[in-house]
Amino acid sequence: MWDHEIRSMASSHAIVAASVFMATVVPAVLVPGFSVYGTHLLWLYSVSAAVTGVSVAVSWLLGLTPPTKKHTLGYKLSRLFRSCLYFFLSCLFFHVVLVLYGAPLIESAVETFSLAVLLTSLTSLRCLCVLGPNVQAWIRVFSRHGAMSIWDTCLQITVACTLVGAWLGAFPIPLDWDRPWQVWPVSCSLGAMIGYLTGLVVAPAWIHYHRKQLTYKSK
Amino acid sequence: MKGLPLLSLLLWMCAVYFVGIYLFVGGFLLVRLEVNRTSTCRDALQPGEEPGDFCRGRPRFRRAVLLIIDALKMDFARFDPNNTTPRPYENKLPVLEETVSAKPSHSRLYPFRADPPTTTMQRIKGFTTGSLPTFVDVGNNFASSAILEDNLIHQLGQVGKRVVFMGDDTWENLFPKKFYRSLPFPSFNVKDLHTVDNGILQHLYTTMVGDEWDVLVAHFLGVDHCGHRFGPDHPAMADKLTQMDGVIRSVINRLQNDTLLVVMGDHGMTDTGDHGGESQKETDAAIFIYSPSPMFPGPPSQGEPDVVPQTDLVPTLALLLGTPIPYSSVGQVLLPLFPPHGQKQAAAGSLSQQEALWINAKQVNRFLETYSSMAKDIPPESLAQLKDQFSRVSSEYLSTVAEGRSPSSELTASLRAYLTSVRDTCRVTWARFNPFKMAAGLCILMFACLMCFFLSELSLVLLRESGMAPVVVALAAGVFTAGGQLLAQGYVEVAWCLASAALSTEVLFLWKAHRSRTAVAKNGSNAPKWASLLTPSYLLTPPLLVPLLRCASLLSDSYVIAEGRVVTFLVLSLALYVPIHLNWDGLLLPPSHDPLKAAGLLPSSALSPSVVRKESSTLLACLGVLVGSLYLSLSFHGCREEQGSCQPSPFLSPLSRLQNSQMKNLHYILSVFSLGLWTSLLRRCLRHYGNLNSSGATVFAARWILPLLSVCLGLHWAVSATPEDSFRNLAELISLAQLALPRAAFCLLGLGLFLIWLDPLTVFMKARASASARGSSLPPPRYRASTGISPQAELRHLIPQIYQQMRRSLDDGELSGGNEVDNRPAVEAYGLGTVYSAPLLLFCGLLGLGLLLLHPEGMALSFLLLLLEMGALLHIHASSTNLSSLHGAPPGGFNVPWTPVVLWSLAATQFFHATGHLPTFPSIQWGAAFVGFPDGHTGTILPASLVTLNTFASQILFAVACPLLLFWPLVCEVRGSRSGRACGDEGEDAVMEIRLRESPQQFSSALLQLSARYLFIQGAQVFASVCAAAILRRHLMVWKVFAPKLMFEASAFLVSSVSLLIGVTLVLRVDVAVSRWFKRLVPDASR
Ligand SMILES: [Zn+2]
Ligand SMILES: [Zn+2]
Repeated sequence: MWDHEIRSMASSHAIVAASVFMATVVPAVLVPGFSVYGTHLLWLYSVSAAVTGVSVAVSWLLGLTPPTKKHTLGYKLSRLFRSCLYFFLSCLFFHVVLVLYGAPLIESAVETFSLAVLLTSLTSLRCLCVLGPNVQAWIRVFSRHGAMSIWDTCLQITVACTLVGAWLGAFPIPLDWDRPWQVWPVSCSLGAMIGYLTGLVVAPAWIHYHRKQLTYKSK
Repeated sequence: MKGLPLLSLLLWMCAVYFVGIYLFVGGFLLVRLEVNRTSTCRDALQPGEEPGDFCRGRPRFRRAVLLIIDALKMDFARFDPNNTTPRPYENKLPVLEETVSAKPSHSRLYPFRADPPTTTMQRIKGFTTGSLPTFVDVGNNFASSAILEDNLIHQLGQVGKRVVFMGDDTWENLFPKKFYRSLPFPSFNVKDLHTVDNGILQHLYTTMVGDEWDVLVAHFLGVDHCGHRFGPDHPAMADKLTQMDGVIRSVINRLQNDTLLVVMGDHGMTDTGDHGGESQKETDAAIFIYSPSPMFPGPPSQGEPDVVPQTDLVPTLALLLGTPIPYSSVGQVLLPLFPPHGQKQAAAGSLSQQEALWINAKQVNRFLETYSSMAKDIPPESLAQLKDQFSRVSSEYLSTVAEGRSPSSELTASLRAYLTSVRDTCRVTWARFNPFKMAAGLCILMFACLMCFFLSELSLVLLRESGMAPVVVALAAGVFTAGGQLLAQGYVEVAWCLASAALSTEVLFLWKAHRSRTAVAKNGSNAPKWASLLTPSYLLTPPLLVPLLRCASLLSDSYVIAEGRVVTFLVLSLALYVPIHLNWDGLLLPPSHDPLKAAGLLPSSALSPSVVRKESSTLLACLGVLVGSLYLSLSFHGCREEQGSCQPSPFLSPLSRLQNSQMKNLHYILSVFSLGLWTSLLRRCLRHYGNLNSSGATVFAARWILPLLSVCLGLHWAVSATPEDSFRNLAELISLAQLALPRAAFCLLGLGLFLIWLDPLTVFMKARASASARGSSLPPPRYRASTGISPQAELRHLIPQIYQQMRRSLDDGELSGGNEVDNRPAVEAYGLGTVYSAPLLLFCGLLGLGLLLLHPEGMALSFLLLLLEMGALLHIHASSTNLSSLHGAPPGGFNVPWTPVVLWSLAATQFFHATGHLPTFPSIQWGAAFVGFPDGHTGTILPASLVTLNTFASQILFAVACPLLLFWPLVCEVRGSRSGRACGDEGEDAVMEIRLRESPQQFSSALLQLSARYLFIQGAQVFASVCAAAILRRHLMVWKVFAPKLMFEASAFLVSSVSLLIGVTLVLRVDVAVSRWFKRLVPDASR
């Protein structure tokens, strides 16, 4: 039914995954002493920036963003501004959630906030790209009958995978293995990243295999 | 409702769990009583001599060096010159073999057999007390790990020897202030191979050369840590052993003639480098004895022992160094180290073999007498036999000495035989795991968990057909086993009778459940399918996944250490799952903007967006409260010693210890504030639902006893926080208040609980005779018309009409007050809607204050958080139930789903930590035993129960309050949601908890289900920690982490199951009272 769309989704995911890969490899070449554990924050921000840039570009190219009613420059600007605001608020929200989950409050606030930025760029940014700055729509999408296109279903899958990955990433922290990746927030951000990549792979595949069962209401 | 079958089912379920725990603990935890007596120099008298001082004689050795190389296995100490390709741990200590072959009359190397548990602390206890330490040595204090039993270090100190210690800091905890000089080094970090060893080496030689010591103890840890980290088969082990070889050589070179050297291991290790269990690889260490002056007659002869038990070191060293043998030693002197009779060697003052044996036997016999008068765990027949043996041997020895003959070798042999049989008897009693009991306990617990699970899923069916069959079968099986044991062994072991009884009822139950399930399935009703209960898709939903994760976390020592945070994490995750799940089902938001749904699928009357929005916002607000209290509760945690950089909560220390008076005032005000908030919140809640209007006993408790109790508490804190020196002239008054205030609080608490029990109804009736004012739609009841019918039938007709009135009156009387003057109902009953939950709530409130009394003052804040979290959980549960019923989800009776029950039971564990408790013995708050009893106790039951109440306060509160989960959705029900479907036209009635009386069958099944679910989760945790202890009994941390965790988990289960039963019984009591009330009401109304 949506073979074309699924194919474009798969290729866009491949591009995003490649950008993650590049964001890991390129600094390793350019910056001396770069490593995922050692200079974790650098890796974190480079990946976040890459994912943000590529996702926005891809969604713009594919025309995913919901059509706007007005086409004036002012409206577009305000929309851009609201998107930026939402991005920032989402970072704050994730930061608060992480602290509530047991992240140190003051000690490594920078690390916690960086993880929040990563989570935002992996989840909220996608919501922004697909649904626009509209919290009601965001909440609506995450319900059983809330998806209105395969992009919404894909959004559900990737966001769930990312968050579950980050959640699972907290599990090794208490263990007394003394590994470098057990340091906060390395395991969580790795978990989120792995979850995100899994989501990128799983979403098109899942949609492809369930395309018979999927029915969407018209937008 | 069926009260009795419900209670008996629950009791039976708990009993099965208890049997399982009892069996496992009986097989796993070895328990021994400590004898609190010490030997003195006058004890070790020889026969026929004047009563003099044993210690005044000149000992064989003046000084001794004890080198303990932790985990020095016998394999490490052997040297095989033919082995050309030695493994990393072989042939690395050539010094031992060289010395033994070069100087056979100076030295010996023996295997040195430890008794389980083979952990360092137990072993140090073992070779200093000469006893067989178990995991639980029941002594005077659990709180510190110091050895109170008589021991070698104490005896050495008594005779004035200067004991210098260096090495593993466990010694410093075991013998605080016993050493002349002590150089402890941290032993905690297993990965650190060198700190302790290098620390010792810095001081060892300089100390030896100096003259500031008589006994030198050095405990090296490197070999053991190397084993834990790399295993024995690793090059690092070779390096470590080679280093030890050098150490032994240097020590030997520095020895003087009057000095004895003992090099030994405390236990062995398995091939993976672990220890703790009872396999030969773990028990066989090595002991090497050396003296620069000859002390053996020649090379090892026939009569030498093959293996030296670790207990034998204590009497040997004691007699060689001239001190009395410690009181509780059950060891036997190492004969080769003493010259045979008549062959007194150069070393004057040394005891002969027979003399040493005699002193030893007398001491062992004395210990045995003392111990058997204290404890009954040694079988009486073997005790009688030992006594007999001793009297025979002693008369023989005494007659020999009296006649001046030299003792025969038979006498030596029989003295040795006596000592050996005492040690073997003690070992059978104390130092052996019982794998059969452990397995049986595991089995019973597993089946009990399964049973609980099925009981919770099939509660309706199983409650209907409960009978006496399980009890009969259990009795039969128990008696049968007892008979079999009597025939086969001649005596009965109760544990096995209980085990067979429990197992047989479990099997019977599972079979019956299976049969009734198939019967139900044939009838075609929609009971849950047997198979569908055990599929992964059912078990792996988040509400069951979270307890599964929790149980899995009990299998790792790191997670047990971090348990408080782990549980908080899980509670938070599951709490966040609630709104996410609701949103996924489309229940969180009003679906108004969806034209398709609003048009056809749902009855629009049931759904007004504003109601839905209100419920959702309640839910989210309560979630906020829950998350907030979860986060704040983290700041009340205590610290385990394993958690390196951890600061215990400042609220944990009692106010009287605070120095800064400003801080003290602040803390006090905070505590009193939260105390007041606790009280006023409870009273507000009761008043809100109209439960404070009547004049019953419960209302009296709520009105007077609750505030009075909190005033008592506040005053008590104030008194106990006053610094003693500031009000000298009031000292007597203060001490009186310290005694009287808590006792008054206890009395008030008892009175309050008793009053609630006595008269739990909180309903206030306002009857109006004017029939004209009755609701117009209701026809005036014609009671008199039914004259010909029996009273029973009359009741059946009448009660529904009373209900209708009640509903009506409740609706109007309670909430709209006196607005409708004209249309007033005939009967107004205030508080009928919360007739079940109000007494339960008050009960918990009072109990919480009582438990708070046993805690440090600062914990008042944590208790307030507990109350808030309870309320938040209840409201979240109620709102989510409402939201799903608002959207027309099929009502599942009164069943409480898994999610709130799991949250409830995890919150109990969470607040166990958040009230400053930890599953370790040193963290028990012993101060609780002295609240109201500042001068101590005479008995042990009262302080023990006070400490238990203090430790498991959160488990008690949550378990007693557990039935509230069933009532709260009814209390908070939204008008017109449920009743709209249930009662047809009279849609707007608020029936609240009275609805439970309309279907007593469902009520009791839901109550049973709720309790079974709670028990299941608690029981699964016990099962998991039992598994952890059984599987990881070789683990390094088993006696430090897993075994204490098991004991705490098991006791928590005991306490919370008892509290759950109390809560359920209270509900049943209320039910009986409500029935009686209705019965009394009917004749009134009919007149
Ligand atoms: Zn050890
Ligand atoms: Zn060890």
